[in-house]
Amino acid sequence: MRKLRIAVYKFSSCDGCQLQFLNLEDELLQLSDFIEFALFYEARRYVGSGPYDVAFVEGSISTPHEVEVVKKVREESRVVVAIGACATSGGIQALRNWADTEEYKQYVYPRPEWIEVLKYAEPPSKYVKVDYEIRGCPVSKEQLLSFILQLLKGKKPTLPADSVCVECKRRGNVCVLVAKGVPCLGPVTMGGCGALCPSYGRGCYGCYGPMIDPKPEALNARFKELNIKPKEIQLLFKQFTNWSKEFRKVIEEYE
Amino acid sequence: MSRVIKVDYLARVEGEGNLFVELEDGRVTRVEVGIFEAPRFFEAFLRGRKYYEVPDITARICGICPIAYIMSSSRALEKILGVEVPEEVEKLRRIVYLGEWIESHVLHVLMLHAPDFLGYESVLSMARDYPEVVKKGMKLKWWGNQVIKVVGGRSVHPVSCRVGGFYRVIKREELLPLLRELSYVKVWARELLEWVLKLPIPDLKRDVEFVSLRGEKEYPILKGRVVSSKGLNMSEEEFEENLIVEQTKYSTSLRYRLKGRSYYVVGPLARYNNNYDLLDPEVRGVIESHGYGATLHNSFQSIIARVAEVYHAVLELEELISSYREPHQPYVEGAVRRGVGAAITEAPRGMLYHKYEINERGYVINANIIPPTSQNLASIEQDLLALGNKLATLNLADAQWLAEQTIRNYDPCISCATHFLKIRYIKH
Repeated sequence: MRKLRIAVYKFSSCDGCQLQFLNLEDELLQLSDFIEFALFYEARRYVGSGPYDVAFVEGSISTPHEVEVVKKVREESRVVVAIGACATSGGIQALRNWADTEEYKQYVYPRPEWIEVLKYAEPPSKYVKVDYEIRGCPVSKEQLLSFILQLLKGKKPTLPADSVCVECKRRGNVCVLVAKGVPCLGPVTMGGCGALCPSYGRGCYGCYGPMIDPKPEALNARFKELNIKPKEIQLLFKQFTNWSKEFRKVIEEYE
Repeated sequence: MSRVIKVDYLARVEGEGNLFVELEDGRVTRVEVGIFEAPRFFEAFLRGRKYYEVPDITARICGICPIAYIMSSSRALEKILGVEVPEEVEKLRRIVYLGEWIESHVLHVLMLHAPDFLGYESVLSMARDYPEVVKKGMKLKWWGNQVIKVVGGRSVHPVSCRVGGFYRVIKREELLPLLRELSYVKVWARELLEWVLKLPIPDLKRDVEFVSLRGEKEYPILKGRVVSSKGLNMSEEEFEENLIVEQTKYSTSLRYRLKGRSYYVVGPLARYNNNYDLLDPEVRGVIESHGYGATLHNSFQSIIARVAEVYHAVLELEELISSYREPHQPYVEGAVRRGVGAAITEAPRGMLYHKYEINERGYVINANIIPPTSQNLASIEQDLLALGNKLATLNLADAQWLAEQTIRNYDPCISCATHFLKIRYIKH
């Protein structure tokens, strides 16, 4: 059987999602009988030329250079998969989309005139067609593995589509929102983490981004009834997936 | 005779960087470790966030060492809030941090760095000839990740830590299962150390000042005084005012120098040299039986310091987990007030400095973060300068590889360093 040729690319991000490939400690060596990391800078010196069967893309697109690269990735890859919050919604660095990038440059850099960035940090889908999205900040390595195994079996990959709230119920947790009044994004957030935050005694902070048809305005209304301060409601939605269009609506209400 | 060594995309490092070395008559005339990782402006968008959000946000600077970001930021903010965490909470922090050291160090030692010493392009190629070393090393890394997962929920960007401690009490019965594999883990760590101690290590002599925290009774992780191998000794608050930020003509990266002194090195090598007496005697015994000792001056020996810390971490975790008692309260609530606080903890790659100013309602007004890789950048270039002769005499492919290996000695995390570096493209 011909090995599946995989390329792993990184754009503006923390490396945490591509690290999940290397965190497949139990499976990585066995997996390499079936897949080849033809391009994976973090792991290999060797670089195999394209075209690739699948490109996993981490990070948001935030510089003119990254726009060029992501277009090339698309041309060279049969399937493009965006992995993680940055690549599916712009990530935490999209917070600058709400502010003045010029002022940001001056605040962080002594020579701001040397910094060349786009006005917005955006997911790759803004510039190229993306075939699949795997959510999370970071993506779960189990989802990555399951995705690859489905591809190897010739199946059209599917991913979990329940909310964190559903996963939380399944886990038998006491609801932090209902029982303790802790603001929680679980009802509007895509599952896949196994309801980690409520299981550790805190509200979900939405790192998997909006679920399908999330109705965040209903949750927003509930937060208001609980007398949570407007600014704090805004900050809750304005985190790792702040640039997703569903959460943006709520954030804008408080801008 | 002149030659140019150029690597367009550095492999086996975290983040995006490149390298340019120019040699003239056997002497290096120009070294540029370039960074083309995009800036992400963390310090800028932290302004206006609530203090309690800072650990989770700064964790996203680095997926490999999120615990380090969580701990440095939490400690800096706790100083403002007047929080002193109780001993058992501090212990739990040490447990999860040591887990990160194991995960991050083994990733680097085994998967990114060791292949250089033996001439393999990646760990996957190395695994064909050293299957047992790689398999056991991967299990060791798995265990480190498992420690973080048990305490933090997941190993990348864990969710349980907060300013003041943890969101909930981590139960003793959650931690104890980690000890089930411990007898194996200890053997794997010891064997990896012995294997690394036998690696052929290139020679490099350079006068270096090693800077790290100094532990009082324990090998330093969460706190300590800032000391150096040349007699520096100051508090973490004094650190920033003793730094000079530099920009040079040939490199657009910012670099750090100590006032009245020079460039310096942070990281496992610095910690090891400044705290050798605090390493577990068992670890020192193994090192000394292989002819190494209390000081490692050559940056190619950083791999030894890294894996010595892994073995130490495993042994210390055995003690910390077995003696763990659940705290009565998972966290300490501080008094929100206006103030400034700075703290340093030892990230796997070296000292990570965070400073915050918050207002009376708990919103961040100013933030400053100095990651270890930024502090080491100047030294990476100094090492390449010192290697001049060797780089000039080797054939070009080998010279290029050696130059890359020199950079990887520092386990550079470009994702971390980037918000302090000018992006640059070297075009030819």
